Amino acid sequence: MALIEFTKRGIYCKQGNFYIDPWWPVDYAVTTHGHSDHVRFGNKYYLCHTLTKPIIKRRISEDLNVETLEYGESINRNGVNISFFPAGHIIGSAQVRLEYKGEVCVISGDYKIEDDGITVPFEPVKCHSFVSESTFGLPVYKWQKQEVVFNGIRSWVNDNINQQKTSVLIAYSLGKAQRLIKNLAGDIPIYVHNSIANLNEVIIGAGVNLPETIRITPEITKDELQKGIVIVPPAMRDSRWIKNLSHPVTGICSGWMQVRAHRRWQSADAGFALSDHADWPGLMEAISATGAEKVYVTHGFTAAFSRFLNDEGIEAAEVLTKFGQEDDEENKVDLAEQNENK
Amino acid sequence: MKRFAKLIQQLELSNKTNDKIAALVDYFNYADDKDKVWVIALFTGKKPKRPIKSALLKYWAIDITETPEWLFAESYSNVGDLSETIALLLPPAAHTSDFQLHTWIEELHDLEGKTDETKKEFILNAWNKLETQERFIFNKLISGNFRIGVSNKMLVNALAKQSSLDSAQIMHSIMGKWNPYEITFHELVNGIHVNTDNSWPYPFCLAYALEQEPEKLGDISEWQAEWKWDGIRGQIVKRNGELFIWSRGEELVTEQFPELHFMIDVLPDGVVLDGEILAVQDKQVLSFSTLQQRLNRKTINKKQLEDAPIGFFVYDILEYEAKDFREEPLSERRKILEQLIGDLDESPVMISPVINCSTWEELAALRQTSRSINSEGIMLKKLSSHYHSGRKRGDWWKWKINPYTVDAVMIYAQKGSGRRANFFTDYTFAVRDGENLVTIAKAYSGLTDKEIKEVNSFVTRNAIEKFGPVRTVKPELVFEIAFEGIAESKRHKAGLALRFPRILRWRKDKKADEINTLEDLRQLLQSTL
Repeated sequence: MALIEFTKRGIYCKQGNFYIDPWWPVDYAVTTHGHSDHVRFGNKYYLCHTLTKPIIKRRISEDLNVETLEYGESINRNGVNISFFPAGHIIGSAQVRLEYKGEVCVISGDYKIEDDGITVPFEPVKCHSFVSESTFGLPVYKWQKQEVVFNGIRSWVNDNINQQKTSVLIAYSLGKAQRLIKNLAGDIPIYVHNSIANLNEVIIGAGVNLPETIRITPEITKDELQKGIVIVPPAMRDSRWIKNLSHPVTGICSGWMQVRAHRRWQSADAGFALSDHADWPGLMEAISATGAEKVYVTHGFTAAFSRFLNDEGIEAAEVLTKFGQEDDEENKVDLAEQNENK
Repeated sequence: MKRFAKLIQQLELSNKTNDKIAALVDYFNYADDKDKVWVIALFTGKKPKRPIKSALLKYWAIDITETPEWLFAESYSNVGDLSETIALLLPPAAHTSDFQLHTWIEELHDLEGKTDETKKEFILNAWNKLETQERFIFNKLISGNFRIGVSNKMLVNALAKQSSLDSAQIMHSIMGKWNPYEITFHELVNGIHVNTDNSWPYPFCLAYALEQEPEKLGDISEWQAEWKWDGIRGQIVKRNGELFIWSRGEELVTEQFPELHFMIDVLPDGVVLDGEILAVQDKQVLSFSTLQQRLNRKTINKKQLEDAPIGFFVYDILEYEAKDFREEPLSERRKILEQLIGDLDESPVMISPVINCSTWEELAALRQTSRSINSEGIMLKKLSSHYHSGRKRGDWWKWKINPYTVDAVMIYAQKGSGRRANFFTDYTFAVRDGENLVTIAKAYSGLTDKEIKEVNSFVTRNAIEKFGPVRTVKPELVFEIAFEGIAESKRHKAGLALRFPRILRWRKDKKADEINTLEDLRQLLQSTL
C-alpha cells in the first residue's frame, strides 16, 4: 500500500494519519515551508523545521501549536518515521522523508539546487517514491549562476543611481527578499518594506545571519531612497507609493523573467531571472539523485514534465493541486503578505 | 552584435517613447555605419533574404539538444517565439566572440544556394559563439520579424535627432526602395536614392477616431466630410511612364489589380494619388467580403475578375507635375484632383464624393445610413489641412458608425502568443441554437490585463477538455462581441461569419441563458443583404 495519497485536502499519509501541506484544516499538518500556499491557518498541530516555526507564527498566528525538527532529526507518528532534509528553497524549507516498513517516500515541497548563500542547500535523499514540483519543468528554463544575475542587478542599480533613478526591486517578503539582501549587501544601503523588515526581525531572532537593512518609514527622504536599493513585495507593485518616488524604475526578480513574453507582460523596467525553484537541469538532477522508482509531479508544467520522465524510463504521474496546474510564482495570492500590507 | 542585442533589450524593456528614442539615438551615435543601415532595414520590415527555412533551424536545435519534438512544441507554446525557444534550449556557448551585425547578415547571405549540410555546419558553429540574447537575434535574422514596438515614426524621429536632418525627408527616404546591401548610412538618411527611383510612395496621412461630439470641431464649413470606405488604403504612383500601386502595408501590389492599369494612360507623369482599393460595380462599392476574394493572390482568374471587380476611390493628390503637394491645403489639393480626374466616365476609378451638409445634425443623420452603401462611417478633414506623415491629432478624424453587437458565451480558450504566451487570451464564442451552442466568432482583443488574468483563472479552474493548446470550458462567461459586418459562410457551422469581431466588454451581469440566438444573427444577415 502506498505511503501517500492525494486527496482534496492535500497529500495524506494514511498509515501515520497526517497531511503534508494541506489546503484545508486537518489535525496534523506536516509543513515543508512558510509560503502561504503551503501552510494554512486552522490546523490543530503543525510540524515544521525549527526556522519555519517563528515565521509561520508571525505570518499566521502566535497561537499555533507547532512542533519542530532540525534537518536530519526524526519523530515517529503512528509507526511512520518522519524526518526533514534541506530543500534549499527558502530559509527553513524542508523535504519531508517518510519511512514505514522499509518503504521510503520523500515530499520535496518547493526546492532549488543552487546554493543561494542564505538557505541550507538542497540535499538529495534516496527514496522509493518522490514528490517533485515542476514550476519550471520545461527545458527552456535554465538558470545562469546567481553571481551572474547579481552582477546584472548591481550594474542596473549603479546605472540607475547615476541617472537619478530610484531602483525598486520586487521580491517576495519571505525568501527572495532575504536572498537579495544577503547577496546585494555592500556600500549601497538597502531599504525594505515593512512586511520584509518584520520577517527579517523574526529570521534574525531565530539566529540567521542577515546583513543590515533599513526599514522604510515616512522620515526617509526620496533622495536617500534614490541612492539606495528599495525592496518591496509584489503586492506593492502598482502602488502610488512607488509612483511617487523620484524617477522609480522597477525590477522583477523571478524565474519567469527568463522569457521575453513574461518580461513584457509584467511591464516592469527590468527583469532578472532569479528563482528559488529548480530549473530544468536541476529538476532532472534532483530526481535522478533520489533513485526514486516513482515520481509524482505537482505545481507547474506537470503534464510535460511527467511525460518526459516516463519517456526517460522513470515512472511518473501528474498530480493536480488546488491552485490549478498553470499557477506560477507571481499569481499566487499571498494572503499573509496582503494582510501585512493593509 | 552585442551592441545591437543591448539595443533590442533596451527597446523591449522600455514602455516610454522617449526612452526608446534615447536608446535608438545612442545606438545610432556609436554603431558601425553598415550595421545602422541594417537596423533601419530590419525595423522597417526589409528582411534580408532567408537562406534557411525556420523549420530547419528547429530540427537542428532539436537534433543537437536531443529534445523530443513534443517537448519542443510545449516549450514553444510557453515561450511564444520560435527564435527565442531555440536560443533558450541550446546549451551555453562554448566561446563567445563579437562579430558585427552586418557581418552576420552577409555571411548568412552567402549561404544562399549552399547545401543543407554546409548551412547546418555554419548555424551550429554560430550558435556556439553567441550568448542567449544574441542567439535570439541571430535566429530572428533568419526566420522572423523584429516586432519590438518601434514604429517607423519613432525610428525616423530618432534618426532626425541624431543626424539633425528633417524628419519628413528621412521618412520619405527610408520608405522608398533601397538595397541595404549597397546603400551607405549617409546616402540613406540623406535620401540620395529616392529621386532616382520612380516608385516611391509617400507616408500615408492617418486619422484618429473622433471621441468627442463633432460640434466641438467648430464650424462645419471648415471641414470636408467624405464617406469612410472599408477597403485597402493605397497610393497610385505615375512617374516617368511607369505605374505603381502601393498598399498601406508598404507593399507593391500593382500586379494584383489589372483593372487599375489603364491609369497609366490617364495620368500624366509626376502624379501620386491617395485612395481606397475597393470592390466596385457600376460605381457602387461592394462589401469587404467581396474584395477579400481578390486579396493576397498570386494569380487571378477570369471568374474572380468578374465576381469581384476592383475600383479605386481617390481621396487626395500628393504629387502633381512631379512636385510635392502635401503642404498645400486640402481645398487646393481637391481642386487639382477634380481637374485631373473629374470625368473618367465609365471607369472604376472615381473621386470619393464629398458629403455636403450645412449642419452637424444633418451629417449625423446621414452617417446613420453609412451601412447601406457599404461605408463604415464618415471622415472629417479640415479644409486647410496639410497632408501629414502618419497620425496627427486635430486635422483628420474618422467618425465611424457604432459596430453591431451580440452577446455570446465563451466555450473555448487558447493561449496567446508573444507577450501573452502564458495566458489564455484567445477565446471562441457561441450563441444559442435551440438546445445547442454554435460557435460564431473567435476574438482575442478588448480585455484589460486584469480581466485577462481573471478569465485565465476561470479557464484553468473550469477546463472540461484539452485539445493541444485549446481548452473547452464550461459555458458560463458572457461577453458582448462587437463586429463590423456579417456574411454568409459555407465554411462555418453557423452558416455565417462575423467581420472583425472583438470583445466589447465582459457582461458579468448576464448569465449564459441570456445570450443571443443564431436566429437573431440570421435576421441581421437578411437585413443587410
